[in-house]
Amino acid sequence: MIRTARLLAFGWVLHFKMLSQSAFDGFLAILWPLFFATVAFFMFRHGSRNAALGPIALGAAVMGVWTATSVSASSALQRERRLGTLELLVAAPTNLALILLPVALATSTIGLYCIVATLLWARILFGIHVPVAHPLPFGLGILGIVFTIGSLGFLMAVAFVRSRRAWAIGAVSEYPVWLICGFLVPISLLPHWVKPISWVLGPTWGMRAIHAGAFGGSAWGDVALCFALGLAYIAFGNLLLGRMIDAARRRATLSLT
Amino acid sequence: MAVIEVSDLRRTYKTTTGIIRRRPLEVEAVRGVTFAVEQGELFGLLGPNGAGKTTTIKMLITLLLPTSGTAHVLGLDVVAQARDLRKRIGYVFGGDRGLYERLSALDNLRYFAELYGVSGKEQRRRIDQVLELVGLKGRERERVEGYSRGMRQRLHIARGILHDPEVVFLDEPTIGVDPVGARELRQTIGDLIAAGKTVLLTTHYMFEADALCNRIAVIAKGQIVGEGTPTELKAGVAEGQVLEIEVFGVDESILGRLRDVPTVTAVSVEELDQKQLLVVQATGEREVAAPLLAQLDGIEVGRVSSREPTLEDAYVALVGDAS
Repeated sequence: MIRTARLLAFGWVLHFKMLSQSAFDGFLAILWPLFFATVAFFMFRHGSRNAALGPIALGAAVMGVWTATSVSASSALQRERRLGTLELLVAAPTNLALILLPVALATSTIGLYCIVATLLWARILFGIHVPVAHPLPFGLGILGIVFTIGSLGFLMAVAFVRSRRAWAIGAVSEYPVWLICGFLVPISLLPHWVKPISWVLGPTWGMRAIHAGAFGGSAWGDVALCFALGLAYIAFGNLLLGRMIDAARRRATLSLT
Repeated sequence: MAVIEVSDLRRTYKTTTGIIRRRPLEVEAVRGVTFAVEQGELFGLLGPNGAGKTTTIKMLITLLLPTSGTAHVLGLDVVAQARDLRKRIGYVFGGDRGLYERLSALDNLRYFAELYGVSGKEQRRRIDQVLELVGLKGRERERVEGYSRGMRQRLHIARGILHDPEVVFLDEPTIGVDPVGARELRQTIGDLIAAGKTVLLTTHYMFEADALCNRIAVIAKGQIVGEGTPTELKAGVAEGQVLEIEVFGVDESILGRLRDVPTVTAVSVEELDQKQLLVVQATGEREVAAPLLAQLDGIEVGRVSSREPTLEDAYVALVGDAS
């Protein structure tokens, strides 16, 4: 147990260190969320929804977390493959899930910055004040959404292990998730057939928890669902990973770049 | 009992060919390889590119599943007991990749120490020990991206032996390393044997195999075509003769004619600056220079000399027979 905790913590620190030293990831993490947030603020300010700018600020902040995570985490295995380290990780006696999970969590942690930066950006440039009615569920909602997005990133990394274009799949998922999880518009406005997809995505519940924490309402159920779905992604990703690695060992695709 | 036991190991790759109409294609990379490596031995797998060396090593370190046959390392089955086996073996491959460039050597080693379950207290001692062994002590806090190829390769070795494995697999560890760096690496490999490790080394550098290996298996087209100590392999061609002939402008058709000369077993050509060097192996004591020179009629011929067979001659003869 202690060894696992050490491994997760150490892996998280090292991958966070690597990501924070990457000019590309740095650019993505610092400017992208502000860019999207600015576009969202202008769109809604000039529309008929002036009153809803607070939720938009929160939604834009979470958009940044997803943006930072989706491409980076889904291509995490491909990155290891390109570095030539994937075979070494598979050849190690540690469960590969314990090696990959900190990678995805490190990318979503960078997303924490996005939340703070976007909210400050909204406050300073657009004068949007986000009240926090219930600080504890609000804070837990933020942690929950970072965790569930990281876990979803881990599941994506596992699911796309055999794809050489994993980053593209991650990029394609970027905008739909913004909409489906209700980051910018309430999911009640989405067609009925989309809603079940929203419900199985942890960020939906994380977003609801953050909204409830900020503007009032009960957030605990949403927080619990957000964490539960994150854990479910990890469990499912772990199961899938064993099969994927066996298939890669059978098909000799571990070292393909 | 042998530390590595390989029996009739086979590996087939399935791929496709064609752009519009894709057709399945099967490539037999390893075709029934059998060998055994004893405790404390440095065993070499020698062969040309694409011979099946890396595929064999990847099956032994559990990265590839064999199509058929069996392999046991330290008594553990490489398919059924992969997780247990991984704790007890180390793997090092050649080339620039396989390291986290943005991290320091120390961070790279600490990370892999965690992955191999080396405890915190033990980590410091082991990292110091392996850095000392590979000669990187004092440079461990520098980022790997600033390392030379030789330093990276030494770091690879340090990573591979960090958890004190009983068996170390080295896949072309000196590839692309300058002569001085390669010599230092060979010294490091020698030190591994002195430390009691069993080493399986793949290489296509003859002098490296000759200098380091207790025993060698020559692999060509997925099959072992010769096995023994370097001396035994050389003895296989020692009864014959090796002639070196300097020539200018020899083409494939002339090489074919030379190969047809009775008693000639192998002909290879080495391109030098302004000339070519023909290396001809022949069996028996019979005079072979005259019939060879007769086939070179019209070609400018320089110095002709004979010499003692080397491991390279044995290798060329074995690989040549397989093709």
